[in-house]
Amino acid sequence: MEQMTTLTFVLGHMNYWLFVVLMMTGLYIVVARGNLLKKVVGLNLFQAAVFMLYISMGKVAGGTAPIFTNNPAETYSNPLPHVLILTAIVVGIATTALGLALIVRINETYDTIEEDEILALDHATAQKEIDAVAKLGSDGGDVK
Amino acid sequence: MMDHHLILRVVTKLLVAPILLFGLYVQFHGDFGPGGGFQAGVIFAVAFILYGLVFSLKRLCKTVPDWLVHRLIAVGLLLYAGTGVVSMFLGGAFLDYNVLSKDPVAGQHWGILIIELGVGITVFAVMLAIYYAFAGRPPALDDADW
Amino acid sequence: MELAITLILFVALVTTAIAIVVMRHLFSVVMLSGVFSLLAALLFIVMDAVDVAFTEAAVGAGISTVLMLGTIALTARSELPPAKFSLTPLAVVVLTGAVLIYGTLDMPNFGTPDAPVQMHVGPDYIAKTPTDIDVPNIVTAVLASYRGFDTLGEVTVVFTAGLGVILLISGLGKRQRRKRGR
Repeated sequence: MEQMTTLTFVLGHMNYWLFVVLMMTGLYIVVARGNLLKKVVGLNLFQAAVFMLYISMGKVAGGTAPIFTNNPAETYSNPLPHVLILTAIVVGIATTALGLALIVRINETYDTIEEDEILALDHATAQKEIDAVAKLGSDGGDVK
Repeated sequence: MMDHHLILRVVTKLLVAPILLFGLYVQFHGDFGPGGGFQAGVIFAVAFILYGLVFSLKRLCKTVPDWLVHRLIAVGLLLYAGTGVVSMFLGGAFLDYNVLSKDPVAGQHWGILIIELGVGITVFAVMLAIYYAFAGRPPALDDADW
Repeated sequence: MELAITLILFVALVTTAIAIVVMRHLFSVVMLSGVFSLLAALLFIVMDAVDVAFTEAAVGAGISTVLMLGTIALTARSELPPAKFSLTPLAVVVLTGAVLIYGTLDMPNFGTPDAPVQMHVGPDYIAKTPTDIDVPNIVTAVLASYRGFDTLGEVTVVFTAGLGVILLISGLGKRQRRKRGR
């Protein structure tokens, strides 16, 4: 009996755990990878895993898709998560497009989409400015 | 420019019309089966994007000018919000479709049809406008580089 | 049967996700993310969310692949190899995952009909839709009527995002006019 309940517990929660695994794969790409486009793909993976978690909560065992059938005794899955996620997917692609547009602009300015190189370029520019200011100061010119 | 993709061009010409028809079906059959404005807008945009990918962006711009797409983005949202305002003027709450017709249920049907159309138009126009924005930039890679 | 299908889909999903992590050729990464979306759509169908599956297939596998390919065409084809392998991200991810899994332990089993999620608004929508709105697809009824305000907000977000993209990278009309002027 004890084993039985453990088994049902594991089977009933396995879904959630697998979603967490997918979610963390997405997070890993975002954190560990330097390429901006790949970061966006990672965010999409993360997002998709969240969607799956949401949808799986609305599922009712033995239920069917929430479209009325002729059978009055039919059980339907919860339609609310479906509504929320459906709109979230379209909003997700719109925001992804915004992110991609930003990547295109970054590439035009820095000529790279690798995070490390962008940071290095930024540091170089900042260092140049600091040097210029220091030079002005040592020359006795007024720093504005 | 794309003269070497003969098969792609023929298949695209065959596919565009059915995709558009399917988009319309999804749009207006959304009350009865899976579907609705969000999906229909995307599918409708996909037909145009396919056309633009295989034939050039220039020809797509002749079919659907970009200024029209940019205006459609606002039209859809205005249609949606306008329905809410109309229902307010008819004595209901914002987006309360019951007052749109004498019979509340028929009013609901009208409301859903109109706002789904608004959603569809906005989603379609945004997707196409995004495609225009990306495809309109001079590419860094040539065809042969892929 | 359903469990078997779900498990097979999961194996495929996890394999795709790991392949995305490992691959450095961005074209393959984008294609694999399209595959991931299609598999996710199949999983949504198994979990009764046909509308969501429909959207995911159209958006994830269709539009987003095209947009990402467009970005690759404008930027770079492959990712640089990481400078050095670091354990910190892996540790962060494993820790976060462990906390999340700990959080799921209190959740009801998958598909339980009397879970807290199924107690409130959902059943009301199912019970009232035939008399209030009388359309067979409950998802449409909730989306457009019961939660019309919500959807208006979502459409506004899509509108704003579209506007942002146009402002950021659209120069089509201007460039064409310049060319014609020349």
